[in-house]
Amino acid sequence: METIKNYFFSDMGVMLGRSMRHIFRSLDTIITVTIMPIAMMLLFVYVLGGAIQTGTSNYVDYLLPGILLIAIANSVGYTSYRLFTDVQRGIFERFNSMPIARSAALWGHVLTSLVSNAISLVVIILVALLMGFRSPAGILSWLAVAGILALFSLTLTWIAAIAGLSAKSVDGAGVIAYPIHFLPLISSAFVPTRTMPSGVRAFAEYQPVTPIVETIRALLSNQPVGNEIWIALAWCVGISCIAYIFAMRVYKKRG
Amino acid sequence: MQNNSIQVKGLQKSYKQLNVLKGVDFEVEKGSIFALLGSNGSGKTTIVKILTTLLKQDSGTAVVNGLDVLAKPANVRQSISLTGQFAAVDEILTGRENLIMIARLRHLSNPRQVADDLLNRFGLTDAAHRRASTYSGGMRRRLDIAMSLAGRSPIIFLDEPTTGLDPEARIEVWKMVRELATNGTTVFLTTQYLDEAEQLADQIAILHEGRIIVSGTLADLKKLFPPAQVEYIEKQPTLEDIFLAIIGKKEKN
Ligand SMILES: Nc1ncnc2c1ncn2[C@@H]1O[C@H](COP(=O)(O)OP(=O)(O)O)[C@@H](O)[C@H]1O
Ligand SMILES: [Mg+2]
Repeated sequence: METIKNYFFSDMGVMLGRSMRHIFRSLDTIITVTIMPIAMMLLFVYVLGGAIQTGTSNYVDYLLPGILLIAIANSVGYTSYRLFTDVQRGIFERFNSMPIARSAALWGHVLTSLVSNAISLVVIILVALLMGFRSPAGILSWLAVAGILALFSLTLTWIAAIAGLSAKSVDGAGVIAYPIHFLPLISSAFVPTRTMPSGVRAFAEYQPVTPIVETIRALLSNQPVGNEIWIALAWCVGISCIAYIFAMRVYKKRG
Repeated sequence: MQNNSIQVKGLQKSYKQLNVLKGVDFEVEKGSIFALLGSNGSGKTTIVKILTTLLKQDSGTAVVNGLDVLAKPANVRQSISLTGQFAAVDEILTGRENLIMIARLRHLSNPRQVADDLLNRFGLTDAAHRRASTYSGGMRRRLDIAMSLAGRSPIIFLDEPTTGLDPEARIEVWKMVRELATNGTTVFLTTQYLDEAEQLADQIAILHEGRIIVSGTLADLKKLFPPAQVEYIEKQPTLEDIFLAIIGKKEKN
């Protein structure tokens, strides 16, 4: 057992290298996770931005947090797809019959999701800078933003893991992505919630994405974050823990 | 040291209502080729999964390389290598990358060298830098088996290694299996094909309705068959005849 434990991180590194190759070799993944949010940002800023009243001087500044969350949300379908194919093709079985820590394969996928999201978010922020995004935030605020984005990624990744590990078909594995795609759209990511009709507004204000967006926006514009950050963290940590427990349960059953 | 690589006693396993294994017993000698013969759905894969620690039995014991699979699964995994029923290769990686990945996971000192040697040995050098998704069925199976050989495990499990292969690829797999055994590796293979067991195996066990109904060497099995039939041409009984005769007897009882 000792030797297996010692190799956990190197094994996970091999798994990470493997699925990062999958991502870099899949044009589809790169387009959906990185290019599409950039296209949305261009569309909203240059086509619709003039008509949207947010109360900020620069619409890119308002929009960026939501775009970052959309990029993360777009990636979850791919995570569950990669997990599903590994189960389906017997790759997990092969790994599980080898002297590797059992959870290294699963953690490899989770780490891949975090690393690939980090890369695509950096690219999106660079494009936003070219489009005039400016932030007075200091290093600590940026670290806090990075932490919240990582936590949001982790939360969605564990949900994706449940779907990918338990799905009976490729379509089943991908289905989880749809409701998650909608959450940022019906939140304060693009327009302030006060402009929405009352029913939609109630949903938008109480769903997890809104406090996350508000927190990131406040951090990036050097405004006080207030209670939003705690609501955002509570949502992420709560959902992460529950999803993690279920994902591990399905994984043990499958493996 | 014991002379048996695998000892199985009273193995039982059910999937919900379905009672697949009803008390399976057999032993596999070290360094031999053992063929588990059985029709589709007889429970061959279930046995392989239990022996390779992927599945837990309901009762009975299974000892692999002197280690109990339930008590010491991690140690069992150090001594085995599995080639599952369906080729488990990473289709997006190239053949070489697949082999390097496995060599790294086995913590071998020179993964690239190991990969190149295996590619060479399995005639995949020309296809080394192509994605596995472009491989033919036979090439994929070869890569799959090559992946199992990285790390030189003393016991190799091959679950229906030739199902779905064309005759030429099948003969290549047979050649590899024989090579393995001459190097002292214990090979446990399952098959639906009687001629495959006949061609390859030192020991054969026939799994039928949840039990091993007969086991032994090919010569032992041939003895079970009634003496040569008097026909116009004297005909040696093939395994197929033995199998059908035994099944027939069982069903009459
Ligand atoms: N996970 C499972 N759940 C329910 N039934 C299963 C499962 N795996 C196998 N079976 C059933 O158990 C029987 C034996 O399966 P298997 O061991 O795969 O046979 P073989 O490998 O000899 O074809 C089959 O009837 C199969 O349908
Ligand atoms: Mg089978």
